[in-house]
Amino acid sequence: MASVPLQQAMILAILLFALGLAGVIMRRNFVFMLMSIEIMLNATGLAFIIAGSRWGQADGQVMFLFILTLAAAEVAVGLALIIRLRHRLDTLDSDAANLLQG
Amino acid sequence: MNATFYVAAVIALLSTLCVISRANGVHALLYLIVSLLAVALVFYTLGAAFAAALEVIIYAGAIMVLFVFVVMMMNLGKATAAREARWMSPRLWAGPGVLSGILTVQLGYVLATGAVGPAALAPVSPRDIGIALFGPYVLCVELASMLLLAALVGAYRIANAELERR
Repeated sequence: MASVPLQQAMILAILLFALGLAGVIMRRNFVFMLMSIEIMLNATGLAFIIAGSRWGQADGQVMFLFILTLAAAEVAVGLALIIRLRHRLDTLDSDAANLLQG
Repeated sequence: MNATFYVAAVIALLSTLCVISRANGVHALLYLIVSLLAVALVFYTLGAAFAAALEVIIYAGAIMVLFVFVVMMMNLGKATAAREARWMSPRLWAGPGVLSGILTVQLGYVLATGAVGPAALAPVSPRDIGIALFGPYVLCVELASMLLLAALVGAYRIANAELERR
């Protein structure tokens, strides 16, 4: 049994993920939405680290490495999209990007 | 080690709450960096020292620098000098400063007492991770490299407005 209670660590990961999800839903600014997605990805990585620590295997941290790569790629493309939207719409409001009439 | 975990967890939750509630992009970014540092400390208490180092270097370092650049680009224009002066006031950086100060004290405590990871479990060393990464997961490494290449080309193409006008 580890000295750090893993159940509580998992609750921390769940709370961080919920906060990120709340941020994506509540904010209307593209930059803040991207930041909230980063929080969610980070919480997922935390869950993998907890599971890897629970069984003492390296797989959890390997998966964290892949999540890190994914986050870097996602941020690069997301920020490029934000720059283009800012050029085209002159605002960062996500409600203004309604050309598809979704 | 338990107290270290709980304090870092509370700091992570508090700063994340501040990230999604701040109106100013730079303030939210400061809190996001503090949140990532706190999560790195949580990794360390869980015995994942290598992941904690990567979290600080890549997440709080490289990815946040991208965010800072873009937020600064978006803020150019109206009364930039006045805003810069306002950002220098202490009460704006006091919150992230206090939280990261607590994290620094914790780091000093952990380094001084030499308490590394959970006592019962063997911490996973970078060597194990490297062997796993280039053993059973080598196909995933190739896929990750393809993903990064696609993101590089895609980000260049999307952000380059000159190409569209032609």
